[in-house]
Amino acid sequence: MTPPDEARGLRARLSRPGETDGLVGILVKIVLLGLVDAVALYAVFVLAAQEKWVVLVVAVVLTVGVNVVYLRRDGLPAKYLAPGITLLLVFQVFVMGYTGYIAFTNAGDGHNSTKSDAIESIATKGQERVPDSPQYQLSVLEKRDDLWFLVTAPDGTVALGSSDEPLEEVDDAEVDGSGKAVAVDGYSPLSFDELLAQQDAILEVAVPVSDNPSDGSLRTADGSTAYEYRSNLRYDEAEDTFTDATTGAVYRDGGDGSFVSDDGEELVPGWKINVGLENFRRAVETPQLRDSLVSVIVWTFVFATLSVALVFGLGLFLAMVFNVASMRGKRFYRVMLILPYAFPAFLSGLVWSGLLNTEFGFVNQVLLGGAEIPWLTDPWLARFSVLFVNLWLGFPYMFLVCTGALQSIPDEMSEAARMDGAGPWRAFRAVKLPLLLVSVAPLLITTFAYNFNNFNVIYMLTRGGPRFEDTTSDIGATDLLITMVYKVAFGTGTGRDYGLASALAIIIFVVIGVIAGLLFRRTKALEDIH
Amino acid sequence: MWVDAERAPALKDAAASFKEDKGVEVKLVIKDFQSARDDFITQVPTGKGPDMIVGPHDWLGKFVQNGVVAPLELGDKAGEFEDAAIQAMTYEGKTYGLPYAIENVALVRNTALLDTPAQTMDDVVAAGNGVVKAGKAKYPFLVGLDPKQGDPYHLYGIQTSYGAPVFERNDAGDYDPNQLGLGNPGGVEFAKDLATWAKAGALNASITGDIAKDAFNKGQSPYFLTGPWNVPDMQKAGLDIAIDPIPTGGDEAATPFIGVNGFFISSKAKNSLAASEFVLNYLSTEDAQDALFETGGRPPALKASFEKAASDPVVAAFGEIGKTGAPMPAIPQMDAVWADWGATELDIIKGKADPAAAWPKMVQSVQTKVAG
Repeated sequence: MTPPDEARGLRARLSRPGETDGLVGILVKIVLLGLVDAVALYAVFVLAAQEKWVVLVVAVVLTVGVNVVYLRRDGLPAKYLAPGITLLLVFQVFVMGYTGYIAFTNAGDGHNSTKSDAIESIATKGQERVPDSPQYQLSVLEKRDDLWFLVTAPDGTVALGSSDEPLEEVDDAEVDGSGKAVAVDGYSPLSFDELLAQQDAILEVAVPVSDNPSDGSLRTADGSTAYEYRSNLRYDEAEDTFTDATTGAVYRDGGDGSFVSDDGEELVPGWKINVGLENFRRAVETPQLRDSLVSVIVWTFVFATLSVALVFGLGLFLAMVFNVASMRGKRFYRVMLILPYAFPAFLSGLVWSGLLNTEFGFVNQVLLGGAEIPWLTDPWLARFSVLFVNLWLGFPYMFLVCTGALQSIPDEMSEAARMDGAGPWRAFRAVKLPLLLVSVAPLLITTFAYNFNNFNVIYMLTRGGPRFEDTTSDIGATDLLITMVYKVAFGTGTGRDYGLASALAIIIFVVIGVIAGLLFRRTKALEDIH
Repeated sequence: MWVDAERAPALKDAAASFKEDKGVEVKLVIKDFQSARDDFITQVPTGKGPDMIVGPHDWLGKFVQNGVVAPLELGDKAGEFEDAAIQAMTYEGKTYGLPYAIENVALVRNTALLDTPAQTMDDVVAAGNGVVKAGKAKYPFLVGLDPKQGDPYHLYGIQTSYGAPVFERNDAGDYDPNQLGLGNPGGVEFAKDLATWAKAGALNASITGDIAKDAFNKGQSPYFLTGPWNVPDMQKAGLDIAIDPIPTGGDEAATPFIGVNGFFISSKAKNSLAASEFVLNYLSTEDAQDALFETGGRPPALKASFEKAASDPVVAAFGEIGKTGAPMPAIPQMDAVWADWGATELDIIKGKADPAAAWPKMVQSVQTKVAG
């Protein structure tokens, strides 16, 4: 009678306190963990191949952490929290950390990659085709692991050479129908597949045209044609400099992430380096920012505050109306109210920008009988329009939130207030609203933070315009801090500047963080009402 | 290869015959056109980018600045392409791409409303207003303007007839970022005339590209300054159209921007040799360029293919006008120009700014930005 005992023993082991899984649960767990580990293992190999050591360590730590959490018998809360925390680390903390890192570099156009990439790129650019040199037809041959170029000049002469042996004429080459030499005794021609297999080696081959190295050398890009190239820019590894063969100018690593000559000429591309606090200094000193900074900051606060107030006001009002028991057709109205919320915000922005066109927009043409009101091109009307469209986009959310919150407040509360002799307004102000705010206030703060950075509405509706007339920069009446950052860092300069953008993003993050922190502290006071 | 949805079908055949001949598969990855340039720049250095990309030539400056494209030696093939196309694919004396299509704007005329071409902008405005007065049309002249940003691209041809190109070219034919042609005396003349035409009702800041196209297709205007991309819809709408050269305002010839589309090879391509073979020896063929024309409708850059396409008078006319144009500058400094340029033109058209003051102010502002 041993088998049932064993089975019972297993079940007993499985159903210890805190461990509620059945056999299926265990299997699912094993399969899922196995999948996670398999993906992680694959990632480790890929990352190791790319030599991304930091990310690799993070991935390993995360995977081990996940395994420990789920293989342990207890620690139930951790099991529920682990996926969320992992995602938080990957998508929030890592992104913020990376932004922080970029803020201290010169990353952007022209400083896009590593120094070795830059050197390689400059060196290939320095290769110049010898003027008026012929286009050779090429067959690539192999002899004892050495690659040889068999070239046919336009006049029919055939020559052979390799990286170590300068080009020399051959007479006994085998020629195909089109007059192109394809083979020579003692060398084996490469098929296209073999060319592909060795493509990196073939691209490296440079066959000197003569004994004089400054005459240039033959190179190929496609394996079927070759050209004479001369190198105008030579890299000296020992000195870490580029020398221009024609002008004699020497380009040195100037410490700014690029090679610079003595007269200040810069070679492109450069590479990414650490620049310390430079970006933060520029964020404060950039003239484009400085000119309009105050008005943009004021408008950003006004926009975010008014947006929250309007959206909350309308949402709450509608929620109260819908809370009246005798109202009919609630379901229909509710669906209608959710529509603006269900529509992607940036698309709505574009649509509204068409609707508000001065001459041809629906609003002026149809609703206002052909009045030419410059909704988006007059500074004050543009500000109004942005707020209006944002209200249209945002109130359904507040309506939903307030409906939920109102339903959780027992009717007895208002009834009690009425018994005490309070009118409806007083009952609302003194009883309902404070109770409502307890649950809604945190959402209002997040809405504020969201609108502080509401890029979609501004960019799609007005692009920040109309422009201020007293400054030369491309900043206008409806620009928020975030759209201004976008314009300064990506929009209208001579290059994208990821470093500067990251620094500005961090500054904005700190501003919002401080405000939100202060407000949250205030909402704690609200909770004391309970 | 990264390609946008519009071009992918045409490339499929070239890829298929390449696979048949050489046994190498070209994987076409469809990318959103708007983000392709920046994604290419950020992804190539990480080694995750594609081996090849399709795009317009004005991406080239940014590509070179970031070192993400490899030079491409076209050799004797260069002679088989239109000069302007090769010029556009050349940056600082080096060729980087294989061109396949050329596009530019021209003045499209509704022949049912006006049967003779006009030479100058003043003629256009006068003739257009004549048609409007006769009650046969609503607008004398149409050009799509963005109510927020203006549209210097479309108006550029007219502007050049005043001798004020955006950047001057140096002896080697490259655009020189330090010589802003916008600041030439002709620029202000152009600005003043913009205001005049706007007053005459020929330019309207509220008319976007879509509105203009719609109005022209409904026969509401005799003239529409636009590119070949809008022609198929006009023909669908049943209009009889003629393609006229860009009208001049000043004394010089009008030289519109030319946009050249082409293929670029990544500087970190994993299959560099195969990519070069595909681009240089397959996409440069007549068959491939014909196929690209048939799906895209843009005049081919290969001379032999263009000859064939030019049997269509519309293509021929756009091509002829393109020959008078100049490639849009690909230098990175070009990015610094658009915002001020468009906004200033817009303010002048709206009558909000005095042309004599606003234009020099814009030049000043652009100069500061170019200088960084």
